[in-house]
Amino acid sequence: MSSKTITAEEPVQFYDLDEHAHPEGHSTMLGFWIYLMSDCLIFAILFACFGVLGANYAAGPAPKDLFDLKLIALNTAMLLFSSITYGFAVLQMQMGKVRGTQLWLAVTGLFGLGFLGIELYEFYHLIEIGATPQRSAFLSSFFTLVGTHGLHVTFGVIWLVVLMIQLGKHGLIAANKRRVMCLSMFWHFLDVIWIGVFTIVYLMGVLR
Amino acid sequence: MSADPHAAHGQVHGEIEMPHASMRDYLVGFVLSVILTAIPFWLVMERPLSTGATAAIIMILAAAQIVVHMVYFLHMTPKAEDGWSLTSLVFTVIVVVIMLAGSLWVMHHLNTNMMPQVHDTSQLP
Repeated sequence: MSSKTITAEEPVQFYDLDEHAHPEGHSTMLGFWIYLMSDCLIFAILFACFGVLGANYAAGPAPKDLFDLKLIALNTAMLLFSSITYGFAVLQMQMGKVRGTQLWLAVTGLFGLGFLGIELYEFYHLIEIGATPQRSAFLSSFFTLVGTHGLHVTFGVIWLVVLMIQLGKHGLIAANKRRVMCLSMFWHFLDVIWIGVFTIVYLMGVLR
Repeated sequence: MSADPHAAHGQVHGEIEMPHASMRDYLVGFVLSVILTAIPFWLVMERPLSTGATAAIIMILAAAQIVVHMVYFLHMTPKAEDGWSLTSLVFTVIVVVIMLAGSLWVMHHLNTNMMPQVHDTSQLP
């Protein structure tokens, strides 16, 4: 190549020869964000399915017959409260308080469990009255979309418990702070997805 | 490989950059979210407006609430992660919009144009 022809005192550098420092975890936040974006695509596909199939009742029950908006409002409140309590956990972490962080994570977990309990009750009620996923395309896509979100919340709660144990064992080390921020993104992201669910599935469904 | 450049960079990048959250952000986000959730539920439960207007308003409020969550809870700024967070978000939104709009459009046309019409069935041989 032409590298030998460059004989100036300061050789021209077309690319970086020095290796940059890669401190552990410096790209975790961005990587996790990109994971969330791919998760967003999963939900987008499920929303598209629901949008296409959501009106095919197969002479079965329609959203108007099935959904109790008061229950959904309560569920939405659960998730919204869990968002702000997670925020408090992050603030406690920034102040360097391990116990406070754990406490608010626990409160967040309880709200998450409350959300899951209400959702499972709703599913149980629907299946009991015969509105199973097999009943119509509307119910298939409904259970897939809302169930996938519920599964994400379940794993979020498991992660919350694991994180509380890690915080108890190692305290607020850099790795744990990173984990708190990653779960923060995951948890708030699930709340963002829920905005789409309660608007498009429940509110628009009842309007139709 | 000498440890020198690592040490030099290590001091600059030693502390991993994390979005700084504040109580004010969370409270503002929470209050806005409560308002943006309560209005659509009230509109659908009480039905003070026509169906079309209600649908349009709740969709707009949902979009607004997603932005509120992005800004106040997920600390989304154009500068986060040197702009890569926002870049990947914009890319995802573009893909999602194309896919959602495309799916709904195509399937709606299939439904309306390719379903056997009721008056056609009587003319079948």
